[in-house]
Amino acid sequence: MGHDTIVIPALQAVQEKFGFIPEDALEEIGRVAGMSANLVYGVASFYSQFRFVKPGEHVIKLCLGTACHVCGASGILESLERELGIVDGQTTADTKFSLESVRCFGSCALAPVMVVDDDVYGSVTPAKAKEILDRYR
Amino acid sequence: MDFQEIQDRAKTAWEALQQSDKPVILIGMATCGKAAGADGVLKALEAELAQRNIETTIIPVGCIGMCYLEPIVDIIKPGRPRVSFCNVDPGKMVKLIEDYLVNDNLPTDLVLGSFGEERIEGVPKFWELPMLKMQVRIATRNCGNINPEDINHYIAQEGYSALKRTLGMKPEEVIEEVKKSGLRGRGGAGFPTWRKWGEARRSSATPKYIVCNADEGDPGAFMDRSVLEGDPHAVLEGMALAGYAVGTPNGYIYCRAEYPLAVRRLKMAIGQAKQLGLLGNNILGSDFSFNIDIMQGAGAFVCGEGSALMYSIEGKRGMPRVRPPRSVESGLWGLPTSLNNVETFANVPRIILKGGDWFASYGTESSKGTKTFALTGKICKTGLIEVPMGITLRQIVYDIGGGIREDKPFKAIQTGGPSGGCLPTGLLDTPVDFETLAKVGSIMGSGGMVVMDTGTCMVDVARYFLAFCRDESCGKCVPCREGLPLMVNILERITHGQGEPEDIGRLMELGETIVNGSLCGLGKSAPNPVLSSIHYFREEWDAHITERKCPALVCKSLISFYILPDKCQGCGICLRACPVDAISGGKRMVHIIDQSKCIKCGTCLEKCPERFSAVAKVTGESIAVPEEPVAIGAN
Repeated sequence: MGHDTIVIPALQAVQEKFGFIPEDALEEIGRVAGMSANLVYGVASFYSQFRFVKPGEHVIKLCLGTACHVCGASGILESLERELGIVDGQTTADTKFSLESVRCFGSCALAPVMVVDDDVYGSVTPAKAKEILDRYR
Repeated sequence: MDFQEIQDRAKTAWEALQQSDKPVILIGMATCGKAAGADGVLKALEAELAQRNIETTIIPVGCIGMCYLEPIVDIIKPGRPRVSFCNVDPGKMVKLIEDYLVNDNLPTDLVLGSFGEERIEGVPKFWELPMLKMQVRIATRNCGNINPEDINHYIAQEGYSALKRTLGMKPEEVIEEVKKSGLRGRGGAGFPTWRKWGEARRSSATPKYIVCNADEGDPGAFMDRSVLEGDPHAVLEGMALAGYAVGTPNGYIYCRAEYPLAVRRLKMAIGQAKQLGLLGNNILGSDFSFNIDIMQGAGAFVCGEGSALMYSIEGKRGMPRVRPPRSVESGLWGLPTSLNNVETFANVPRIILKGGDWFASYGTESSKGTKTFALTGKICKTGLIEVPMGITLRQIVYDIGGGIREDKPFKAIQTGGPSGGCLPTGLLDTPVDFETLAKVGSIMGSGGMVVMDTGTCMVDVARYFLAFCRDESCGKCVPCREGLPLMVNILERITHGQGEPEDIGRLMELGETIVNGSLCGLGKSAPNPVLSSIHYFREEWDAHITERKCPALVCKSLISFYILPDKCQGCGICLRACPVDAISGGKRMVHIIDQSKCIKCGTCLEKCPERFSAVAKVTGESIAVPEEPVAIGAN
């Protein structure tokens, strides 16, 4: 059992604190784990949880799981992209919003599901998504 | 403290709670309850009770499985049976306190059912409700009934009694009991649990590991989340039993990052169990020790695969390796490892306590016991169910799930997530067990069941699953890494109305190559949804390719929206709502959609008042409309 095991928990702790993984953190985690920053980045970039750019003030997560897809989530994504003028994975120029699609929160009974920061919204429609967005503007 | 003392204390406390002279209020606080607004209900409840100076005991519980009725609140008044109320919101909660708690009037519109022996006039028994009466709860026995954050609640339901009994048995006897039960892996592959444990036990290398796979990655599945959030000790006890049977003190739980509440509850549960000597060193004074560490996943579907999961615990990229050797010989850090699913573990304490024969009395010849399913999609009663194996899909969809929403016709049921298949109406009488589902081209999988109606496009669903697997492919095997994007490209063309008749053959050939040329379950099963869809819904594929039509009205390139001149009342709602200003019109004028500007978002259809129903969605046809807005009734 080497020091490798600390890599993922350390990345998670860094992201919890800063909202993303800054380059210095890759160096530092590598130093403690005894591996190059490149290798740490190789692990980090494999997992979809880790971001490498600072997220916006509000993070919008839209579920694209199966139940949400069947209940119309792709139309909601388009509606959000159009409203914010960004595409999935980007942050608005004023750093107010980040938009991320995720694959299943496990709240499928309330599909389609949209999460803004820690607030969960169920049975969302394209029009409802816009109304929800307006509350955070 | 010996176990008898621990148990007596827990049971006394539980009894006192049931006989309490203060009302007891249970509120469903799993992720689904919270998403439906349980936090707001709890706040309203606490504020109202404080204002009225009523003393109660409030217990947050897990998910009872009727997600479509959340938030659910149960009230036990002194001397009365427990009554369940559904669809509670903060306003209704306040009224419920006034009506039932203070004035003793049961608000019939909110009552779901009552528990226990006593029958209340006009109130159905909870477990006799149509959604519940066919269910058998083993893995989910305590979910929604106990406080998952209080170990004594679990102990009062015979929790940890199986562990206590096991300490007096030989490890081989434990494995024998599990063998008798016929329990097979609930993660999807269905490997016999006893055999895995036995092989790990016989492996000579040490240390060995017990790993719980809680990386529930299938979109549309939340069985494991419900168990972890609603009854974490059932999983911990099951793992300790596995540790005893295999002969190791080391346990890991690999839980996906998207389940923060589950992780929090597990950590709390491990702490409480250690404090009572039910986990940790020298459990209950014996020479058996068992410790459990939690490792959080970081968002990679492929880590549900055994070898990838173990690499991830080791801090590496989660990429599956060639097998053999199997994990029971060379798993975590190259040492013998038994990897089992959350639900598998949750079943084990009951098997030890009630006997393997009891468990095997449920289910079919080859698939014993019960299975949990997450019932979602276009079904009336969405939620989590646990049913005996062998039940038919029709019983699940209609008897338990209440049929299709808005009485639309059933079209397909998708089982097994991105590795499974879509089964059509003709197969509704298929019994649900490992072998039968595989024979008809799907799989049992971990238990996701997504129901689709005639408004679901099977080509689009196939594209969806394939795109999912393309995004989640780890990239190690070339056929999976390169083949899946090729298949997705073909599917994109078909859904955009640019399909060619040869595409079906190309998809089947590519699919076969990927199945044969990939190492792990992800690649081996990724083409399944496409292949089963072509097999069962060929007409729909042909409609897309040869007629350029999407019969389900889903594929955007193949549909159009029109405002019907004879129905439009010129109210202007759609005009104002259209996000791209594609609608022209005026007061009392027939509105018109500019087809060149329309992005087919469907907002006009959603917003048009139902009494007008003036927006039509069509495929493969156009509707005659005036070129300019005209006065209503002009033609």
